[in-house]
Amino acid sequence: MITRRTFVKAGGCALVAYAGAPRFLLRTAHAAEASGKVLVAIFQRGAVDGLSMVMPHGDSGYAGIRPSIGLQPPKRGESERAADLDGFFAFHPSLASLVPLWSNRTLAVVHACGSPDTTRSHFDAQDYMESGTPGVKATTDGWLARAVGARPAKSTPFRAVAIGQALPRTLQGDVGAISMQSLDRFDVRAGSDGTARAGFESLYEQGVRDLLHGTGRETFDAVKMLRSAGASRLSPANGAVYPRVPLGEALRQIAQLIKANVGLEVAFADMLGWDTHVGQGAERGQLALRFRDFGAALAAFAQDLGDKMSDVVVLTMSEFGRTVAENGNRGTDHGHATAMLVLGGGVRGGRVYGQWPGLGRHQLFEGRDLAVTTDFRALFSEVATRHLGVPAAPIFPGFRPHAPLGILA
Amino acid sequence: MRPLVQRWAAGALLCAALGLGALDGCVPLEAGGGRVAAQPAAQPAVPAPPAPTPSISGDRQIFHALSRLTYGPRPGDVERVRAMGVSTWIDRQLRPRTIDDSATERALGELTTLRKPISELLREFPRPDPKLRAQVASGEMSRQEMLERYPVEKRPARITVELQAAKVVRAVTSERQLEEVMVDFWFNHFNVFAGKGDVRWYVSAYEREAIRPYALGRFPDLVRATAHHPAMLFYLDNWLSARPDFRVPAGPNRGRKAGLNENYARELMELHTLGVDGGYTQTDVTEVARAFTGWTIDRPQTDGHFIFRPAMHDPGEKVVLGQRIPAGGGRDDGERVIEILTRHPATARFVATKLVRRFVSDTPPPALVARVAGAYMSTGGDIPAMLRTIFESPEFFSEDAYRAKIKKPFEFVASAVRALGGSIDAQGGITLARASAEIGEPLYQAQPPTGYADRGEAWVNAGALLARMNFALGLASGRYPSVSVELPALVAGADPSAPAAMLDRLLASIVTGQAGPQTRAVLTAQLSEPQITRLSPDDRGPANTDVAKLAALVIGSPEFQRR
Repeated sequence: MITRRTFVKAGGCALVAYAGAPRFLLRTAHAAEASGKVLVAIFQRGAVDGLSMVMPHGDSGYAGIRPSIGLQPPKRGESERAADLDGFFAFHPSLASLVPLWSNRTLAVVHACGSPDTTRSHFDAQDYMESGTPGVKATTDGWLARAVGARPAKSTPFRAVAIGQALPRTLQGDVGAISMQSLDRFDVRAGSDGTARAGFESLYEQGVRDLLHGTGRETFDAVKMLRSAGASRLSPANGAVYPRVPLGEALRQIAQLIKANVGLEVAFADMLGWDTHVGQGAERGQLALRFRDFGAALAAFAQDLGDKMSDVVVLTMSEFGRTVAENGNRGTDHGHATAMLVLGGGVRGGRVYGQWPGLGRHQLFEGRDLAVTTDFRALFSEVATRHLGVPAAPIFPGFRPHAPLGILA
Repeated sequence: MRPLVQRWAAGALLCAALGLGALDGCVPLEAGGGRVAAQPAAQPAVPAPPAPTPSISGDRQIFHALSRLTYGPRPGDVERVRAMGVSTWIDRQLRPRTIDDSATERALGELTTLRKPISELLREFPRPDPKLRAQVASGEMSRQEMLERYPVEKRPARITVELQAAKVVRAVTSERQLEEVMVDFWFNHFNVFAGKGDVRWYVSAYEREAIRPYALGRFPDLVRATAHHPAMLFYLDNWLSARPDFRVPAGPNRGRKAGLNENYARELMELHTLGVDGGYTQTDVTEVARAFTGWTIDRPQTDGHFIFRPAMHDPGEKVVLGQRIPAGGGRDDGERVIEILTRHPATARFVATKLVRRFVSDTPPPALVARVAGAYMSTGGDIPAMLRTIFESPEFFSEDAYRAKIKKPFEFVASAVRALGGSIDAQGGITLARASAEIGEPLYQAQPPTGYADRGEAWVNAGALLARMNFALGLASGRYPSVSVELPALVAGADPSAPAAMLDRLLASIVTGQAGPQTRAVLTAQLSEPQITRLSPDDRGPANTDVAKLAALVIGSPEFQRR
């Protein structure tokens, strides 16, 4: 693994011949055109309550354990209630927009999924999930960056893109990932003449190898390519309507990048507001509203891309789940396992994957949380190997999966 | 995301440095390991600094001190500090009460919410009608539609907007620069999110009452003040936390069961004091949560101040980090926990690491961290003592530290205005707060309790870099309303027909001449651009340099992104 930092420090010898060239070009010497597969990772930051997202109504332990925030079991014909999936699990009623994707078998669920590390710190757990190395803080790059780096090079600055204010931990590393808040504002507002743009470009293209210059060079390559591709002018197709929330905006723009054929391989977006310590609600309420926006954004994305979804996989994740019992404030505290979704082409959908650990008191992790039966790396590495066609070992060092989940064809 | 503290190795180093053997209780622990007993403040053996990297001197030293202790040098600051002597200047910055700052106070005059108590703000900015809020919650009405029913000047958002404006005005104009830097630092350390519920009404008082008075005081006082403040009680939910069998005695939720909420307890240890590797367990989290039950908010929607409610409190015995807190302590249980945590060597190490990261480098030199932690332990968490240890260290004035930090977006915005000799009023503060948000740092809007990151990687990315360049262009060409910059003064005396002389003056003013050769070469080449250096129409008169565009290029240059 070459990290951004070691790469920068190594700038003296072998790389000197390329001084000034953006990093995504460095590998073109051995480039073979990669397949057009795209992985979209969505992080639910704050720890989503997996037991509300995908409710285990078939587990007798569920009834009564959450007096004010528990969901009513599904009932045929009652759309106010959770939507049954397989007789045991059900989607939260606010995720109704995802039911058609479940029914057409492009959407799968992995339940009781999480980290082998037991931290209940948001910060550490997110760090581990994004680096792909639970328990190891010294990892400098993210697993998504390593996955892109393991693929054959392409001459585009848009291989890895995050929509948001900052480059997430999982895309830090030696792939020159781009982060942007919005496609239409991604340019120097130069006024009538181009001198300012040209001036800034030359200020950043000089030989110094550091974080600022490297980012600057990639930025100007991306600006030029985006301008000529006209991605920001593409409107949602197939009647898709994105919810007007940050995740909706992010997915709408990721779809634009996919449709503009700028060479996107991995995209990232996150959604906040899952840390429901107080008044999380049941069928209605705070958490229900988050689910409504979350589900609507995913559904709009699938509709917008239409046939192109056959090359796309969407993977959702969250740092941990929440306590099985409700706390003193009609909310939940930090727990352990949660549920994750996989949507898109090649997904063997319409199934809940993973072994259900049960909600009986003796079955809970530390007597309070849903136990982890699927290591998140089992899911992530399967997506990386089957969808992106990269080897798992260097992306999840130290991890040996037992048997594939079989989630991707 | 990066760990806030180095694991084991640094811990062991520190133990050695502090002269605390395993028997003294300074056992480096993996999370979930054994317990650590709090240490009495011991006089630590201060380790010798490592072989120093080359140190900086002269005007570079002054420039460095100004870049780190202030929101960036203004034109003339280097000369002023040179005349006074760097150490005298630092000394004065550490004692802000000795510095007259009445001009800043006047500039803040029109921001009236800054000085109002919470109860008055709650009266002046009523919360939306519960019926409308229910309609928004059920999706029948959009948030925007609800807001439109309330006049702008009556919306509680006004409180945060004025606080943002004040932060910008202070950063740009205050003479007590180090104090402003520390207010920002501690607010971020004890972060609350202004957008969470009632924090909207409390956030201004939080900075004024819980952070600012102690920014250059003692660390334990900060922990105490934030623990008691309604903003923190609300943000991390402690106001609702109660003993497990508690039932609400009155009001709309009468008879409802309430119980323990561990949110504050966990973050108090992870983010405010010990650090995530500080050696506490899940049991400690639960015990600390029990100790703080009953610490709540009195009449949160009409008055909003701290109250201890014995009926909510869990009166049983607690054991925190191996220390027994006997049953029946009542309100004092929480005070006792704060004492245990703020006397703990892990807290000293954690706070020292964050301070060294802010003032020296993204990778804090372990030996300096150890000395600063030592200063914490020997002074009971005296902040000026810790800062002095940093400012007087060879690591601080070293080549390794010089320009090693990338400015956060807010630091960049404030430093750009200062570098161009700009002045702003309250309205300009609002404008620039928006600019900071566009570059990635909306003020008082960090949602997670970690606050904003203090590492370059978190802030350098394609979109943010373009936003910085666009801000530079807008600022230098005077496109931000109520923000005026004094470009003519910056190049006063330079011959407008001699572009190279103009450039030298600009570089001298903005980056005290510290531009790299590449940047200087690029900017010099720019001088031949007809848009930068316009010749007179007949091609014979003197050239006229577009100073604004040149200044924008300097502000947007790689050099200016560093401090």
